[in-house]
Amino acid sequence: MDRVSVGMAAFLAVSAAAATAAYAQKDAAQEGIEAYREALQDGNPAELYEATGEELWKTPAGPKKASLEQCDLGLGPGVVKGAYARLPRHFKDTDRVQDLESRLLTCMETLQGKDPKPYVEAAFTAPPKEEMNALAAYISGQSKDDPIAVTPKHPKEQAMYELGKRMFYYQGGPYDFSCATCHGQEGTRIRLQDLPYIPGPKGAAAGWSSWPAYRVSAGQMWSMQWRLNDCFRQQRFPEPVYTSDATIALSMFMAANASGATMKTPGIKR
Amino acid sequence: MKHFAFLAVLLLAGPALSETKAAPSWGAGAEDAAFARMLATSFKDKGIAKTDRLTQDETQAFCSDPEAAANPAAADRRRQIEAANMATVKWPSDGKWLGDWKQGEAIAQSGRGNTWTDKPDTPNGGNCYNCHQISPTEISYGTIGPSLTQYGALRGQSEETLKAAWAKIYNAKSLNACSNMPRAGHMGILGEAQIKHLMALLFDPASPVNAKPGPAQ
Ligand code: HEC
Ligand code: HEC
Repeated sequence: MDRVSVGMAAFLAVSAAAATAAYAQKDAAQEGIEAYREALQDGNPAELYEATGEELWKTPAGPKKASLEQCDLGLGPGVVKGAYARLPRHFKDTDRVQDLESRLLTCMETLQGKDPKPYVEAAFTAPPKEEMNALAAYISGQSKDDPIAVTPKHPKEQAMYELGKRMFYYQGGPYDFSCATCHGQEGTRIRLQDLPYIPGPKGAAAGWSSWPAYRVSAGQMWSMQWRLNDCFRQQRFPEPVYTSDATIALSMFMAANASGATMKTPGIKR
Repeated sequence: MKHFAFLAVLLLAGPALSETKAAPSWGAGAEDAAFARMLATSFKDKGIAKTDRLTQDETQAFCSDPEAAANPAAADRRRQIEAANMATVKWPSDGKWLGDWKQGEAIAQSGRGNTWTDKPDTPNGGNCYNCHQISPTEISYGTIGPSLTQYGALRGQSEETLKAAWAKIYNAKSLNACSNMPRAGHMGILGEAQIKHLMALLFDPASPVNAKPGPAQ
């Protein structure tokens, strides 16, 4: 049985057990989810995406027929180990604060001569974004067990943090939702889904340390940009442009709040 | 380049915020011009979700600065915003408060509508279970809002009680300026008939919400 179906079997077995509980129904559902997570610790389908991502990193591509192995993710050209735990950060060459996915686009353009536009505009389930999701899985896995080390120092990093904070509280759309509506109070949940308190260190760490993540119910590998995209959709906002400043600012807000916690990427989610 | 009206709203909100003399919830680097620039370049229309959704009304602009909004000096402003929201409430056109609780349950269960993957012509749901416990038999409920179980049984059906609940559902900010709850009637999420069904879910003695509780759990 491959890893995915072992996972599904574990989920179904645990779900069945949870369903027989009579009155402690919410607790049983919660226990079910937690036991399911434990059962999957040893086999994360994200590993398949990490392998694909590593191949994309090392394979020459684009008009310049170059690999990404000279890409500087903040620790010097080609240094992948530990890079994800230190993003977002300011980069001298672009004079911008960048998260992983925007930095990948920079490298794909400068090293490989690729046009970033198809990558930006593609749906998250389309091949160009599948490349981004796989690369994100691979690079994030190379920071697994590292401490998150994001401390805004450069003036643009500090500005990005404050912009991210302001964006977090920005209400709009027909429901008046902001990120804070769902993620801005301790100990609340939507339906049975516990939601982290993102302005605090523990809540920020819960989210920031576990994405990119493999979502079992969807059978998809989601990068953090994808996670933000879907939250904005539920927020009834217009669509965020892929790797736009608003998404990087929010990432800076979350990563800095999470700083010190341990990276657990790539994660696995229900 | 589009004219971004939200920048105008931010600038209009400025004097009001400085009146309360509270520092905003964010620090240097996120001033209005920089923030507006970020909004202008970071979003695009998709499906029914257009960038005009980033233009804030008075309530949204005020509540987007939680420290300023919660400041004691802003108490008058909060009351003014509640009054402005109360003024938007349209009472039932035929004077009847309650509809069909069974339809109310379906509306409360549904989270459909208003996202960029939703079609404009399908009826919206109320999202109520995302935030509230309602019927005691539904275990999949959120806790962002208080439990509504036993709502009618505990409060009765005085005109005042029915009006308050109607106002809350029609425009939640009429009773609490920065409530997390959406303004279902005012924002055109739910229509009069749907709100009546939700009222029945909360108040009809036959609704499971008001069923006599069973043996201790
Ligand atoms: C309408 C509710 C809602 C809004 C608004 C919302 N989110 Fe979420 N968010 C969720 C839900 C539900 C989940 C869990 C989804 C899942 O894991 O399946 C989630 C998950 C997340 C996670 C991952 C948390 C974890 O523990 O894995 C992050 C990070 C996050 N949201 C950030 C944001 C940001 C930033 C915003 C504002 C742009 C935002 N969210 C707006 C509902 C919301
Ligand atoms: C995003 C969260 C959210 C959603 C969705 C939501 N509510 Fe609420 N609701 C709240 C919160 C928070 C409160 C209490 C705080 C406040 O607003 O003052 C509340 C309060 C209420 C109250 C007043 C309770 C009292 O103490 O008297 C009623 C009634 C109510 N909600 C009904 C509904 C109904 C019906 C729906 C669906 C149309 C709904 N809510 C959807 C968050 C929500």
